[in-house]
Amino acid sequence: MSEAVIRIGDLTRVYTMGETEVRALDGISIDVGKGEFVAVMGPSGSGKSTFMNIVGCLDRPTSGHYFLDGVDVSGLDRDARAEIRNAKIGFVFQSFNLLSRTSALENVELPLLYLAKGGMSDREATERARKCLARVGLADRWDHTQAQLSGGQQQRVAIARSLVNDPAILLADEPTGNLDSKTSEEVMAIFQELNEEGRTVVLITHEPDIAEYARRIVSFRDGKIVSDVPVARRRHAARAVAAGGVK
Amino acid sequence: MTKTGNILKVAFRALGRNKLRSLLTALGIIIGVACVVATIGIGEGARTQSENQLKSLGTNFLMIFPGTTTSSGARSGFGSNSKLSESDVDAIREEVSAVVYVSATIRTVAQVIYGNQNWSTSIQGGEVDWPLIRSWNVAQGQFFTDADNRAASKVCVLGQTLVTNLFGDEDPVGKMIRIKNIPFRVVGVLEAKGGSMMGQDQDDTVIAPYQTVRKKLMGTTAVGGILASAASNDMVTRAQEEISALLRQRHKINKGAGQDDDFMIRSQTEMLQQAEEQSKTMSMLLWSIAGVSLLVGGIGIMNIMLVSVTERTREIGVRMAIGAKGGDIRAQFLVEAVVLSITGGVLGIALGVGIQRAVAFYAHWPVLVSTNSVSLAFVFSALIGVTFGFYPALKASRLDPIEALRYE
Repeated sequence: MSEAVIRIGDLTRVYTMGETEVRALDGISIDVGKGEFVAVMGPSGSGKSTFMNIVGCLDRPTSGHYFLDGVDVSGLDRDARAEIRNAKIGFVFQSFNLLSRTSALENVELPLLYLAKGGMSDREATERARKCLARVGLADRWDHTQAQLSGGQQQRVAIARSLVNDPAILLADEPTGNLDSKTSEEVMAIFQELNEEGRTVVLITHEPDIAEYARRIVSFRDGKIVSDVPVARRRHAARAVAAGGVK
Repeated sequence: MTKTGNILKVAFRALGRNKLRSLLTALGIIIGVACVVATIGIGEGARTQSENQLKSLGTNFLMIFPGTTTSSGARSGFGSNSKLSESDVDAIREEVSAVVYVSATIRTVAQVIYGNQNWSTSIQGGEVDWPLIRSWNVAQGQFFTDADNRAASKVCVLGQTLVTNLFGDEDPVGKMIRIKNIPFRVVGVLEAKGGSMMGQDQDDTVIAPYQTVRKKLMGTTAVGGILASAASNDMVTRAQEEISALLRQRHKINKGAGQDDDFMIRSQTEMLQQAEEQSKTMSMLLWSIAGVSLLVGGIGIMNIMLVSVTERTREIGVRMAIGAKGGDIRAQFLVEAVVLSITGGVLGIALGVGIQRAVAFYAHWPVLVSTNSVSLAFVFSALIGVTFGFYPALKASRLDPIEALRYE
């Protein structure tokens, strides 16, 4: 394994609800190397969402360590975590979460608006956003708004948005949850391509066949990692579909 | 991409999405600001106007009216029974050193006829000092003389309105007009003077010798009133005191024994103060409407911003996930509230200026749109945006991104 992008050691996350304590994550340790494609699986309540929130720096662990791209982020405050999210993490959500009445291009530019250090010129930002849109095969739809795009196209805009800051990891939370199987395959094809170009991808899913697009499957149950195995028979999304774009 | 530019763009887009809602929200501010602008404008206009009009009454002007009289314990109203006499006029002229010009005056209304034209107007009787007291010059011809007054000659001087209505383009000087069927020769025409404080057209009048009006038109012995000019502005009060003392002595009024004066003296200064009091009351009223409206407007903005924060919880979550800090979110919503209130402010300024122009137009006031009132209104509305937008913005910035992203 090459250098670790994610290094998590003995991490716990405890929620206090009234007098009961819920150990959503119970002392997990995991390393994810650069260029890996990991699928995180588990039934609801297994702790995979909590895991995603912590990996995505939306939440803080109760104890334990989390090094992201070599930086200890487990003790950072809200604003510092916002900076880390902006610089190191590209989010892709189940429900796309594009801003309505906003063009695809502006949606993709959005993370550049919150750059921590030294803003970027409008031209540079637009240039980068256009490249990312082209990367997901939507160069010609830059001016379309959410309402003018299909579900698959919306998710591809969201992927372009996640790429625009050149993050250390792509964090996809059920990215195919709202898509039909054909469109799901197209979206997974893009993730596979990005991974082959060297991107580290963490995919949260509860669908076993979607998980098989990854290279490694980590399963959660009751806040613990119960299995961590390489994918035996990896599925490959039809490249032709992705390359040809969606009609 | 610059942050400020984008925040502004996002704010305008968010407000544009609900145009009607934004407009209704801004309405409170619009009304409030319009009130502020109109209040200040109308107040200034009214004050300037009444100052001009009072100056047009004449310099250091004093007016003596007949007052109440008490006979057998029954007090009658002002002017019901004039105790002012022509000898009072002469006494003031001779004994009050603070006074330079004095004229008895009397007024009636009559139909004035010239050729086939007629016009109902006010006929004022005056003495030779009258134009000096009223600072009202003769434009054509000349004013009548003291001899005309003593002889009760049937001569008169016309106001501009009368000239227009009776003579049109004809030169009235030397022509004969009929007042109550008595022929009068026109000897002069007065300069145009404009409207009075009460909105009456001062030019709609005929001036004739006091004795002529009293004897020939009214058939009375009572003096209608006395007009006087103090020697200077500083002498006004002294003139007032001296006239009061003189008239009390002449009318045998013992003020110490609780007897009422049977006359009243008004000075220009007092009338000015009165006019100012009136415009102050009006201003207070408008200011309180403005205050309440701005408060309600501010609460409306807060309410709508809170709704907006709830509606856009998801958007806030997304922005936070991709790196927006609390401060970025707070700035965005604060700017939105300020844009809303400033837009309201600008519309309010336009409305206020409109109201002010309309009032000025109908009241024949000068239009004074002071930059002060406009900038004050602008700053006011921006402050309201900040004040009432702060809490919703703070609430938005404190959302938990995880919860916000999950919000349906």
